Amino acid sequence: MSVTDIQLQEGLTHHNEHHDQNFISKYIFSTDHKTIAKQFLITGIFWALIGGALSLIFRLQLGFPEMNLEWLRPLLGQWITESGKLDAEFYLALVTMHGTIMVFFVLTAGLSGTFSNFLIPLQIGARDMASGFMNMLSYWFFFASSVVMFISLFIETGPAAGGWTVYPPLSALPQAIQGSGLGMTLWLVSMALFIASTLLGGINYITTVINMRTNGMSFSRLPLTIWAFFITAILGLLSFPVLLSAALLLIFDRSFGTSFYLSEIFIAGEALPNIGGSPILYQHLFWFLGHPEVYIVLLPALGITSEIIATNSRKPIFGYKAMIGSMLGIGFLSFIVWAHHMFVTGMNPFLGSVFTILTLVIAVPSAIKAFNYITTLWKGNIVFTPAMLFSIGLVSFFISGGLTGIFLGNSVLDINLHDTYFVVAHFHLVMGSASFFGLLAGVYHWFPKMFGRMMDDRLGKIHFWLSFVGIYLVFFPLHYIGIAGFPRRYYSFTSFETFNIYTDLNALVSVAAILTFAAQFIFLFNFFYSIFRGKLAPTNPWKSNTLEWTTPRNPGHGNWPGTIPSVYRWPYDYSKPGAKDDFIPQTVPYSHTPESNLEYEKEIAGNENITGVEKMDA
Amino acid sequence: MTGQVDATQRVRSMHPQKFAMWLFLVSVVMIFISLSSAYIVKKGVGDWEYIKFPPLFQVTTVLIILSSVMMHFAYISAKRNNIKHIRIGLIATALLAIAFVVGQYMAWIQLVDAGHFFVGNPSGSFIYVFTGLHVIHLFGALVFLFIVLGKAFKYEVHSKSMVRIEMCTTFWHFLGGLWLYLYLFLIFNN
Ligand code: HEM
Ligand SMILES: [Cu+2]
Repeated sequence: MSVTDIQLQEGLTHHNEHHDQNFISKYIFSTDHKTIAKQFLITGIFWALIGGALSLIFRLQLGFPEMNLEWLRPLLGQWITESGKLDAEFYLALVTMHGTIMVFFVLTAGLSGTFSNFLIPLQIGARDMASGFMNMLSYWFFFASSVVMFISLFIETGPAAGGWTVYPPLSALPQAIQGSGLGMTLWLVSMALFIASTLLGGINYITTVINMRTNGMSFSRLPLTIWAFFITAILGLLSFPVLLSAALLLIFDRSFGTSFYLSEIFIAGEALPNIGGSPILYQHLFWFLGHPEVYIVLLPALGITSEIIATNSRKPIFGYKAMIGSMLGIGFLSFIVWAHHMFVTGMNPFLGSVFTILTLVIAVPSAIKAFNYITTLWKGNIVFTPAMLFSIGLVSFFISGGLTGIFLGNSVLDINLHDTYFVVAHFHLVMGSASFFGLLAGVYHWFPKMFGRMMDDRLGKIHFWLSFVGIYLVFFPLHYIGIAGFPRRYYSFTSFETFNIYTDLNALVSVAAILTFAAQFIFLFNFFYSIFRGKLAPTNPWKSNTLEWTTPRNPGHGNWPGTIPSVYRWPYDYSKPGAKDDFIPQTVPYSHTPESNLEYEKEIAGNENITGVEKMDA
Repeated sequence: MTGQVDATQRVRSMHPQKFAMWLFLVSVVMIFISLSSAYIVKKGVGDWEYIKFPPLFQVTTVLIILSSVMMHFAYISAKRNNIKHIRIGLIATALLAIAFVVGQYMAWIQLVDAGHFFVGNPSGSFIYVFTGLHVIHLFGALVFLFIVLGKAFKYEVHSKSMVRIEMCTTFWHFLGGLWLYLYLFLIFNN
C-alpha cells in the first residue's frame, strides 16, 4: 500500500522538475546533492588550511624551541609571552584544535560529506538523495558546528586544550587548565551539532544506496566507492550516538556537578565534592566511537582509491568481492578493538591480551586490501594522472602506517610506546596522510564532473611529489623520536638532557612540515584557477565505466536530462579481452558486446531486457 | 523531499522516509545501549549506591503501555477508514503520554525524597539521565503525533494515506518498548 502512495506523490512532483531557482536556493540553501557536496568541500578546504596552520605554529615551537616568536604577536596576541615565547597552555590548545579539526571537520565532514554527497546519486543512478532537505540540514548543522568551533579559537581563555580526545578529569574541571573553561563548553556544543550533522547525512546516504539504485544496479554491481561510503555511513550511525552519550555525561559533570567521570580529586590541596565516578568510563565510551571513527575517516579514501586505481590501471579491480568482504570485516572488527587505546589504564592483563588478538586480526582484512591494490596495479597499463599518483601514495602510506599498528596492537610493546611520538607517526601516516591523499585524489579525479573543467596536470604532479616526499620527511623521523621515548603533547623537551641529540631531527621535521604545507598552495591555486579558467572537460575524461560520466558536462538538477540510464554490468570491465575499447561502461548491455562476453554472460545477454522497463517479478 | 525519481525505480523498495526513520531509531538505540553499558561498567568499578525505585514507575509503565494500545487502535482505525476512531485513538494516546510525562516528573520527586539526587552518586544520576532522555524523545514523538492528529482532522489520514501514521506508530511503540527495557534494566542491575 505504500507503493500506491509513492506513485501518487510521483505524479504530483514530476512536472515541477524544471523550475527556476534564485541565487539563494541555488547556491546557499540548496537541496541539490552536487551543490551540497561542493559546500562540504569548500568548508573542508577552509578547515584544512586552519588546521594545517595551527600545526605549523606548534612545529615551530618543537623544532626551534629557542626561536623568538614575537612576529606572531599580531596574530596570537597574549598567547605570545613577554619573552617572545609561545604560551605553554596555548600549545596544548593548538594541538587539541589541530586534532579536532583534522579528524572531524576535514577528514570526516570534508571527505564523506563531499564525496558521499557527490557520488552516491551520480554513481547509483538517482536524481538526488532520498531527502534533499535532510541533506541540506546536514550541511547547515556542520556549518553551525564550524562557526562555534571557530569562535572558540578567539575567546580570551582560549579553545579546548585537553587533546582531541578531551579526557576528563582535565576536560571536566575549569580549575585545571584555562582551556577547560568556556573553550571546552564551545567544543562540546560544536561536537553535538557535528554529530547531528553526521547522523543526518549518514541516514540519508544509507537510505539512498538501499532504496534509490537504478534498474540493474544490484549490490554486486555497485562501484567500490559506493560500498565504502555505505559502510562508512553505517559505522557512523552506530558510533556517533555513543560519542553523544559520552559528551552528554561530560556536559553534566561540567555544568551540573554530577560525578560520572570524577572521583576523589584534589586541586591545590582542596578536595572536590565529586565521589563515585570513573574517568576510565569516558575512555571506554570515547574509544567505542574513536576506533570506528578512524575507519570512518579511512574507508571513503580507500573506496575512492579503488575506483581510481582500477580506472587508471585499465584493469578490473583485483578481488572485487574480497574488497567488499574486507571492508565489511574491518567495519565489524572496528567495534571490538577499542580498548587497544587503553592498554595502560590498568586493565586486566588477560583482557589486554584479548584486545591484542582482536586488534591483530584487523590487520588481515587491511592486508587483503593493500594486496589487492598492488595486484590491480601489477602489469596494468598505468596512466599516471595526478589522481592516480595520489592513490598510489595512499597505498604507500596505508602500508607503512599499518605496519606500525601491528607494533602498537601488542599490549606488551604498547606499554612502552603509548603516548609517544611513535603513535603520532603511526596515525598520521595510516589515517591522516592516507585519508588526506584520498581526498586529494578524489578532487583531482572528479573535478571535471564537479566544475566541468580540467585541473592542470603538471601542477597536480608537482603537488603530488612535493606532498609525498614532504609527508614522509615529516612523519618518518617521528618513529625514531617516539622509540627514543619522547612523549606526545609536551610543550618542550629542552630540559631533558638525553633528548638533545634529537634537536636536529626535530628541526628537520619542522622545516619539512612548513614546506609540505607551502606545497598545498599549488593545489589551491590549481583548484580555484581551474574552476574558472581550466580547460573545458570532455564528458568522460578518464574513459571510466561508472554512471556519473554518462551525465552532461555540467549535470543539472536531476542529473540526467532524460530517463535515468539502466545498468547491465559491473563497473570494472576494463581491457576486457575481445572488446573494441579498453573500457565498457556500465550502461552497455551484454547483448551489444557479443565479442567480449564470457560464457555465463552470454546467457545473461539472452535474457536481457533493454527496453528500460523493468520486469516486475519480485 | 525530492520525489523526482522514475516511478518504476522506487516501487520495488521500501518507502525512503520510513526507512530513514528506522535508521534514526538505530541511532537512538545506540545512545541507550552505550549508556547502559556505561552503567554496567561504572557499577563494576564499585562505589555504587543501592537505589530505592519510586513506586510511581509502575504506574507510568502501565500508562505508556496503554498509550501504545490506543496508538495501535488509531492505526487500525486508519486502515479501516474509520475517521472518528482515528481521532479518538490519537487524542487518547496524547493524553496518556502527557500523563506519563507528569508521572515521570513526580517519580523524580519521589527519587529526591528517597535521597537519590541528580548530583551525587552516579547510580542515582544515571536514572535521571535515562528517564530524562527517554522523555525528551517522547516529546519529539508527541510533536509528530500532533502533526498526524492535525492531518486526521483534515481527512488526510486513511487507508490510502498511511505513511505518516505508520511512522508515528512505529516510533511510539519503539518508545514504549524502550521504557520497558530501561525499567527492567534498572531493576535487574540495581
Ligand atoms: C593494522 C591495523 C592497525 C592496528 C593494529 C592499529 C593499532 C593501534 C593501536 C594499538 C593504537 C594505540 C596506540 C597508543 O595510543 O598507545 C593506535 C592508535 C591510533 N591508530 Fe591505529 N592501528 C591500525 C590501523 C589504523 C588505521 C587504519 C587508522 C586510521 C585510519 C588508525 C588510526 C589510529 C589513530 C588515530 C590512533 C591514535 C589515537 C590517539 O591516541 O590520538 N590506525 N593504533
Ligand atoms: Cu584504534
